[in-house]
Amino acid sequence: MFRRIYAVFKARNLEFLRDRATLAWNIVLPLALMAGLSLAFGGGDRTEYTIGVLTDAAELDAAAHPFLETRYIDFVPVSDIEQGYRKIARHQLDLLLRFDAPPTYWVNPDSAKGYFAERALLQADAAAGGRFTKAEIEGQPLRYVDWVLPGILGMNMMFSCLFGVGYVVVRYRKNGFLKRLQATPLKPMEFIIAQIGSRMTLVLSITTLVYVGTHLILGTPMEGHYFDLFVVAVLGTITLVALGLMIAARVTSEELAGGLLNMINWPMMLLSGVWFSLEGAGTAVQQAAKIFPLTHILDAWRSIMFDGASLVDVGSHLVTLVAMAVVFLLLGARVFRWNQD
Amino acid sequence: MPIALEARHLVKQYPGVTAVNDVSFAVAEGVCFGLLGPNGAGKTTTVEIIEGVTKPTSGEVRYYGEPAGDRFREEAGIQFQNTALQDYLTVRETLEMFRDLYDRQADIDEILEACSLTELADRDNRKLSGGQRQRLLLGVALVNRPRLIFLDEPTTGLDPQARRNFWELVQGILASGATVILTTHYMDEAHVLCDEIAIMDAGRIITQGPPDMLLEERYEGLIIELPAETAGGLDGIEHRVYDKLGIVEIVSRDVTASLRELDAKGVTLDRIKIRQANLEDLFLDLTGHSLRA
Repeated sequence: MFRRIYAVFKARNLEFLRDRATLAWNIVLPLALMAGLSLAFGGGDRTEYTIGVLTDAAELDAAAHPFLETRYIDFVPVSDIEQGYRKIARHQLDLLLRFDAPPTYWVNPDSAKGYFAERALLQADAAAGGRFTKAEIEGQPLRYVDWVLPGILGMNMMFSCLFGVGYVVVRYRKNGFLKRLQATPLKPMEFIIAQIGSRMTLVLSITTLVYVGTHLILGTPMEGHYFDLFVVAVLGTITLVALGLMIAARVTSEELAGGLLNMINWPMMLLSGVWFSLEGAGTAVQQAAKIFPLTHILDAWRSIMFDGASLVDVGSHLVTLVAMAVVFLLLGARVFRWNQD
Repeated sequence: MPIALEARHLVKQYPGVTAVNDVSFAVAEGVCFGLLGPNGAGKTTTVEIIEGVTKPTSGEVRYYGEPAGDRFREEAGIQFQNTALQDYLTVRETLEMFRDLYDRQADIDEILEACSLTELADRDNRKLSGGQRQRLLLGVALVNRPRLIFLDEPTTGLDPQARRNFWELVQGILASGATVILTTHYMDEAHVLCDEIAIMDAGRIITQGPPDMLLEERYEGLIIELPAETAGGLDGIEHRVYDKLGIVEIVSRDVTASLRELDAKGVTLDRIKIRQANLEDLFLDLTGHSLRA
């Protein structure tokens, strides 16, 4: 069994590694994106003000304080005070407010936008009776390029897993290569394991290469452990490859496969937090995003990179990824067809 | 000799079409069995059912007396009519990949030698000519030292020289004691290679047996072939007109007497051909249409 798996694993690796154009594209695309984003966003913060408000409610009540009626400021609810502190430290929030006793605001003394947001708050608060007290939290800013790095890595991983496996399997089926394998002692699960192993090796190598390169060149932050990042990458790759295999399990048309894969890709690109955070989005959107494996990969990576989270801290994401992988694999193996008959 | 392979009442139905209609035959060990017929006759579907890559609507395949299963997959070598191989692999790597899927493993150098591929061993398989590619696909069918080999239209698209070279390879395989199942629509190929044939048409086997025996049973004599325009002068002589081919054929036990009779009727003999009956004639007689139609 292992010899058969290794034979297919090795052949698929050779096929990919010798396809130099595809290989180069897999490495160049994320590097080029990171370079472009670094140039575009590396020097400064976003132009709008973002202020967190500590509350358990999903929506903010603008009548709670006159300051909440200020235009050109994005007020977002924050339920976890620790998370709010971290965001102030990283300059992801310009201020953090608490309206109940005692009314308090937190600001980073090194944040220029925090300074102006504080001035605006104090002006509005003076008119309302001057109740707020000040607290300071220090920390280096998290640049957009830092924040988006996991997104770029995850997006590249997603494309590589879904198209590099799903699309290729459909091509193998269409051109008869799978039918030829069917006539050998190779079992469907052995074939699937070989595909996962092959793609995992390639994706992890490329992701590691791109991460190390951008980490060294751009000096992106890393508060947690590299091993933990790697564990998330392994589980994420397995889940995404399994998703690609499940989609490709029966499809015989490359056009249909492309459509189905894009139907999965685009929502993940938009809703999983590749380019921007969904914190300002509605609760329904945030909940919907949790059905995508990429959401859990990116949330876990960002927690490890920026918050120093351990594997236990991101355990819920890991468990979700494992559960998704099992479901995708079982379904994929069950409906898998070698040929078009 | 033991029966290596037995197909029992195979049926394959697709919506609106019965591609294989109650096909049964048995193949003894060491024999080259030819499944012949025109495109669409059902021979490839029949063979793919036997190979286990197409599920039959009904019927059964037995290998050495047992239902075809794991042992069959381990011992059968298959050359499909159209098989894509993995891109960017060399000839040797392709053979090694397939060999490693089996417990029974052949020596790759011996296969390269047997299939005249030694000099091409390190060539990317996408850069092979048609004949070289067919030899590689035959090599892939041999990687597990098969006891039973399926060759599905192995010489389609090859030039005459490449076809003859391929025949020599197959004869070498037969000499080693393996059983061969050959599907083809080339009658000369079947006549050269096959010990026994079954002719299929419209999903059914319409005749079966050793090629020479089938011809002897059907044709007692030679075939006289004349241009179609002479048909009007053949009153009283049994003949068959093939409009599409532009010929008239007369089967004659006594050619000299037949020629005298034609001459007496004033039939011009300028473009006459006299030849032995072949499998193509047999097929024309049995089905009424050309094998290559």
